[in-house]
Amino acid sequence: MNALTKFLKDYSLIELLKGMRVTGGNLFAKKITVYYPEEKTPKSPRFRGLHALRRYPNGEERCIACKLCEAVCPALAITIDSTEREDGTRRTTRYDIDLFKCIYCGFCEEACPVDSIVLTDIHEFHFEEAGKHVIDKSHLLELGDQYEQQIAQARREDAPYR
Amino acid sequence: MDFLTDIWMWFPEVLRVLVVNGLLIVAIVIPLMLAVAYFTFAERKIIGYMQVRVGPNRVGPRGWLQPIADAVKLMFKEIIVPSRANRYLFRIAPLLALGPALAAWAVMPFTDKWVLANIDASLLYVLAMTSMGVYGVIIAGWASNSKYAFLGAMRSAAQIVAYEIAMGFALVGVLMVAGSLNLHQIVTAQAGGIQQWYFLPLFPLFIVYFISGVAETNRAPFDVAEGESEIVAGFHVEYSGMAFAIFFLAEYANMILIAALTVTLFLGGWMPPFDVVPFTLVPSIVWFCVKVTMVAFFFLWFRATFPRYRYDQIMRLGWKVFIPVTLVWITVIGVFRFFTPYGHWFQ
Repeated sequence: MNALTKFLKDYSLIELLKGMRVTGGNLFAKKITVYYPEEKTPKSPRFRGLHALRRYPNGEERCIACKLCEAVCPALAITIDSTEREDGTRRTTRYDIDLFKCIYCGFCEEACPVDSIVLTDIHEFHFEEAGKHVIDKSHLLELGDQYEQQIAQARREDAPYR
Repeated sequence: MDFLTDIWMWFPEVLRVLVVNGLLIVAIVIPLMLAVAYFTFAERKIIGYMQVRVGPNRVGPRGWLQPIADAVKLMFKEIIVPSRANRYLFRIAPLLALGPALAAWAVMPFTDKWVLANIDASLLYVLAMTSMGVYGVIIAGWASNSKYAFLGAMRSAAQIVAYEIAMGFALVGVLMVAGSLNLHQIVTAQAGGIQQWYFLPLFPLFIVYFISGVAETNRAPFDVAEGESEIVAGFHVEYSGMAFAIFFLAEYANMILIAALTVTLFLGGWMPPFDVVPFTLVPSIVWFCVKVTMVAFFFLWFRATFPRYRYDQIMRLGWKVFIPVTLVWITVIGVFRFFTPYGHWFQ
C-alpha cells in the first residue's frame, strides 16, 4: 500500500469506525440471554447430575452389593459395606457417596449390572451444614423413589442409542 | 417573609456568601454524584447490550437500583491499609483524585445563567484542575507499597502527561477562534445553530481533544493503567471499600467532565442545534444534559469496541500523531485568520 492511501486510511479512522459499526449494530440486536432461574435450557437424557439408588417395581432395592461401582470409581467417592440378609441375598449395609470427591463421570452407572446406581439430571443442589456432602444409602434410595419417573423416562429415551 | 429576610440580612455578609455558595455546590455535586452512579449502570447495561447480553437486571425493576446497591455495599466494606504502606498518603490519595474532578465543575456553564463562578480564565482553571488529578494517581500508586500499583501509577502518569499536551493544544485552537478564555463566552460565541459550533471549523482538534480526553481518564482503549492481565487494577489495586469507591467516583466524574467540556468547547454548550422555534423552547439545561449524555455514550461505545492499546503505541499516538496534528491545525487557523480573506471560516 502506498504511503498516501495508508495516510488517508489512518487519519480518516475508517477501521475504527468499522469496528464501532459492529458494536453499534449489536446494541440493537436481539439479546440471546437465558434468564436462568426463570428460564432453563433443555437437558440431555444423558445428563449426569445428582446420584440415586433405584428399586424394582415390587419395592425391592436393586443393589446387590457387587461393589463394581466402588471399584470403578476414579475419584474413590463411593464406600460400600455389605452383609447377608435373612433371605440369603447379599445387600449393602452402607452406601456412601462423597459428593465433593465425585467427578460425575458416570462410570458407576455404566458399571452397575442391575441399573441400581444412576445419575439423575438434578444439578441444582447444595449443602447447608458441614459433613452433609456425604450422602448415605437411605438418602440415595429416597432420591431414587422420588425421581423414579424421571430416571426411567431418561433411560427409555436414551435406550435406542446405547 | 419580611421577617425571614430580616433574619437573613442580620447574618454577616461572609457567612451569607458561604451559605449560598455551599448550597450551590451541593446543588451541583449531588446531581453529579447521581449522574456518576447511573453512568456506571449505563456502562454495564450498554456494554452488555453491545455484547448481546442484557447487563445487570436483578436489583430493582430492570436493575435500576444496582448502583445504589453497589454504593451501599462499598460503604460497608472495610478499608484495608497494606502493611508498610504510607498510611497518611494512602488515605489522602483518593481525595486528591476526586477533589480536582469535582472542583473543575465550579466554572462549568450549565446554562446561560447557571454557572457557579464565571471567572475570566475559566478554561485555564479547568486545565489546571484536570492536570491535578494525576497527583492522586501517582500518590496512590506510591503509597500502596505494591509493585503493581506503582507500575500502574507510572504508566498512568506518563500517559496523562503526554495527552495533556495534545489536549492543551486542541484548546489553543478553541481560544484562537473564540478569542476568550471564559467558558461562558466561548459558548455564547457559538450561538446561532449547529453551523456555528466549533466542531466544524476545528474538526481535527475536536477529534484529538475527545480522544485525548479518553486517554486522560485512563479509559479503554487507553486503559493500560489497569491492564488486568499484567498489573491487576493498576494504581488502585490495594484500595478497598469506600477508598476504592472514591477512585471510581473520580474516574467517572472525570469522564462526565471531559464530556461536558467537549460539549462546551466544541458542541455549543447549552445552545439548541437549530435556532428555530421547537428547539429554542426546550430549556438550555436539557440541551446541555442531552449533549453531555451523547458524548459520554461514546466513552462506553469505545470501551465496548476497541482492544487495549499497547503501551508504546499509546505514547506514539500521543507524541507523534496528536501533537503534530494539533500544531498543524493551529497554524492553519492562524494563517487563514490573519493572512487570507477566508478568516470568517474560523470566527
